[in-house]
Amino acid sequence: MNTPIRRLSIFAFLLILILMGNVTWLQGFQAEAIRDDPLNTRQYSERLSEARGPIQIAGENVAYSEDISGEDGQPRYQRMYEGGPLYTPIVGSFRAYGASGIERTENALLNGTDDRLAVRNFRDIITGREPEGAQVQLTLNPEVQQAAYEGFEQLNGKNGAAVALDPETGAILGAVSYPSYDANDVVSIDDIEAATQNYTELENNPDKPLLNRALHEYYPPGSTFKVVTAAAAIEYLGATPETTQEAPDVMDLGGELPNATPGQTCNGGEPDTLAHSIQISCNTSMANWALDIGGENLSEQATAFGFNREEGDLNVPIPVLPSNAPVETDRNILARAGIGQSNVQATPLQMAMVAAGVANGGEVMKPYSVDTVRDSDLSVITQTSPETYSQAVSASTAQDLKEMMTLVTQPGGSGPNAAIPGMEVAGKTGTAETGPDSPTHNWFIGFAPADDPQIAVAVVVEFGDVSGGELAAPIGREMMEAVVLE
Amino acid sequence: MSKAPAPEAPTELPPVKRRNAELVLIIFAIAITMAGIAIAGLNISGEIPSAMWTVGLTFAAMAAAAHVAMRFVAPYADPLILPCTLFLNGIGVAMIWRVSAGEAENAESAGAGSQLMWTAIGLAVCFLIIIFLKDPRVLQRYTYISGLVAIFLLALPIIPGLGQEVYGARLWINIPGLGTMQPSEFAKIALVIFLASYLMNKRQVLQIVGKPIKVGRFTLIELPRARDLAPILVGWVLAIGILVLLRDLGTSLLLFGTFLAMLYVATQRSSWVTIGLAMFAVGAFTAYLLFWHVKARVNIWFNAFDQEVYYAVGGSQQLVEGLVGMAYGGLFGTGLGAGELYSTFAADSDLILATLGEELGLTGLLAVLMVLGLLVERGMRVALAVTGSFNKLLASGVAFLLAYQVFIVLGGLTRVIPLTGSTTPFMAAGGSALVASWIMMGILLRISDNARRPAPQAIQDEGATQVIRR
Repeated sequence: MNTPIRRLSIFAFLLILILMGNVTWLQGFQAEAIRDDPLNTRQYSERLSEARGPIQIAGENVAYSEDISGEDGQPRYQRMYEGGPLYTPIVGSFRAYGASGIERTENALLNGTDDRLAVRNFRDIITGREPEGAQVQLTLNPEVQQAAYEGFEQLNGKNGAAVALDPETGAILGAVSYPSYDANDVVSIDDIEAATQNYTELENNPDKPLLNRALHEYYPPGSTFKVVTAAAAIEYLGATPETTQEAPDVMDLGGELPNATPGQTCNGGEPDTLAHSIQISCNTSMANWALDIGGENLSEQATAFGFNREEGDLNVPIPVLPSNAPVETDRNILARAGIGQSNVQATPLQMAMVAAGVANGGEVMKPYSVDTVRDSDLSVITQTSPETYSQAVSASTAQDLKEMMTLVTQPGGSGPNAAIPGMEVAGKTGTAETGPDSPTHNWFIGFAPADDPQIAVAVVVEFGDVSGGELAAPIGREMMEAVVLE
Repeated sequence: MSKAPAPEAPTELPPVKRRNAELVLIIFAIAITMAGIAIAGLNISGEIPSAMWTVGLTFAAMAAAAHVAMRFVAPYADPLILPCTLFLNGIGVAMIWRVSAGEAENAESAGAGSQLMWTAIGLAVCFLIIIFLKDPRVLQRYTYISGLVAIFLLALPIIPGLGQEVYGARLWINIPGLGTMQPSEFAKIALVIFLASYLMNKRQVLQIVGKPIKVGRFTLIELPRARDLAPILVGWVLAIGILVLLRDLGTSLLLFGTFLAMLYVATQRSSWVTIGLAMFAVGAFTAYLLFWHVKARVNIWFNAFDQEVYYAVGGSQQLVEGLVGMAYGGLFGTGLGAGELYSTFAADSDLILATLGEELGLTGLLAVLMVLGLLVERGMRVALAVTGSFNKLLASGVAFLLAYQVFIVLGGLTRVIPLTGSTTPFMAAGGSALVASWIMMGILLRISDNARRPAPQAIQDEGATQVIRR
């Protein structure tokens, strides 16, 4: 009976060895990933006793830890936020049971546990200094942010989002989601109960103030997507702004597709030029262009602008919801995709990237919101350098698109409300159907100045139910003016 | 070959007792226990707690008494088993004291008294077995009685009014005036005794070669006769019954695995193991399809870090808390008393190994696993050294049970297998488990002492001449 006992004892030791191997894997190699998992509730509550680094916008603290240590000497820090609801979509909040926004993505830097801070931490231990988290400096421009937020406030209860990018670098100059919330309401460590209750109320609010619409919600982009369709027409079919396309007053696409232009016509039913179709936002000619371009090419052009990416492909460093423009094979659906309807879904950030790509000679820069991370003694730990995200179109195509988009904000175009006196502004309006008998979403994308773009914007007003030129274009103009009128 | 193989060691030499080595190792175990309490106290309240002396010396006295008793009642027993066991028990006491001190936030009011009391009871029972169970083979007389006792103990918690459902599993019974106990801890010992004697009687029958199923010239598997399948069928019904009725995956896995291991040792036929595993897989999969609590366990196993699974009632929160704790421990641990155990549920019982991983790190956990592995292999050595099928089956069964139980607990915590509510031998807080573990050691030590004790010398050697001289 000794043979099977020997084998059993080997098997028993194998069981122990498996445990040893697995524990080594877990504690030796996976430890950091587990610590960073959002389900690790410790990372938030444990840091109440440590000074967390500030988040800064334009040199001012917008999030910082205030020392509220009591008489007993127990260190306690309360997280404080500036600007009310203005910056919350990006900055986020740092609560006892979770965090969002930059507070979450840059947590390791802010609380000082990041590996890049290891040398400094070691030095602090030696010198006996109280360890502090790093400073995170954001790219946001307070004036752009303010202009967009106030624009939404004046709409009396309409929700929406706006994004502004520096086309040359990809730096996010503004990211507004409306409605938002004041992070101070949900982070109190003295009155956790009230903080939790406030958070629950926000969670249950039908207007979803916790949702960052700028990065985490998509909408049918409507006519703003015609910029992508026009790009594909030039790139794949060799079209020019003067090339004409059939533009009937009504098209049969398994349901009627009318024109939303003045007089319900583009060129009196005659073929219309690409430039004019963009200027007045002609539906039927752009639908016909989509049919000529074909589903595969149209989808590929959208991908070049940043659509159709994997989840997690784009982090700014907040993860961005990928936008979709799938390959369509059905004629009716493809034609509607060409005007940004059917299965096309885009985040406001994605549409800002389309505008920024055109503005930057066809090169889409990778969006980012963290500019510099500094040590507590202000030495630079990381500095984001601009990166190319994709080459969406050639420089000459971008030039054509820019010229056509400039027509939009001029008299006779669909978006004169975005015009800024003394300079040319490129733009594109959009009024997206959301379903039968449902109010439309109103869009504007654009950039200024057209000849030397400094800012590209995308604005969406949910269920605005008028035209994009009417509701969204003024907000876009206010944002652009905050940069170009200085 | 020019040289003849070395001759067998002459049997006349008395076996090495090595009780002094045992003493040195026990002193180590005591020192580690006391140091553990001291470090935990320093980390929690900044001073060496009085418990280092009260708890530490009580434990030391018990360990010393055990060692002295060994010299008298089982001088030839394996010298490593007792120190290993005391080491694990001592670390457990230190951890339990530390968890209690952390909860009280005051090192002085913390207590590991109940665990110490159960250690004393466990040691007493262990030595009662060593003293009075002179020859474990007498247990063979009670083959079916021990089988019935095992089933009775397992079934106790189902009885309404007596059984208690704790965190979804019916494992506990409440004896008014005496507190709660977990009868399944003792059931597994009764089951090992039953299996050892049953298999010793039936092994010839079970060994009979059945129908070989061949592919070409290779025998794939030898199927036993249908009527010999009865015992494995009963074992299987029991295992699945525990899974479904008691909702206790841990005990189910533990008992059926031990059953298969002992069946293999008795018959040396791997076909039994194959058949058994296949049956268990089919049964468990069916249970997975039919019962939500089995499904929930498996879901937690695979998707522990899923938001929905985490926040579900009875979800993966406990598992994640344990893993997070171990992640914070890293390679060297936070140090005893410096971890954040308040964020781990059941830190001193079901999750004590996660707690250990957090505060003593990978290093400490590997050390404890090494000692556990050593203890298991010493048990297996006892099984190899002893003569007689029953003794061999009993010793290897007990040793395997120990290893397998550790695998189920830590494997569950680290997601090798689904998390179950099993206890870590010798370490986890809880009287039933501790006493049951000491009973197993009592059996092992007794068998070991019998195996290594020199045979009594024959009377003819010297006695005869003396009689004449008188």
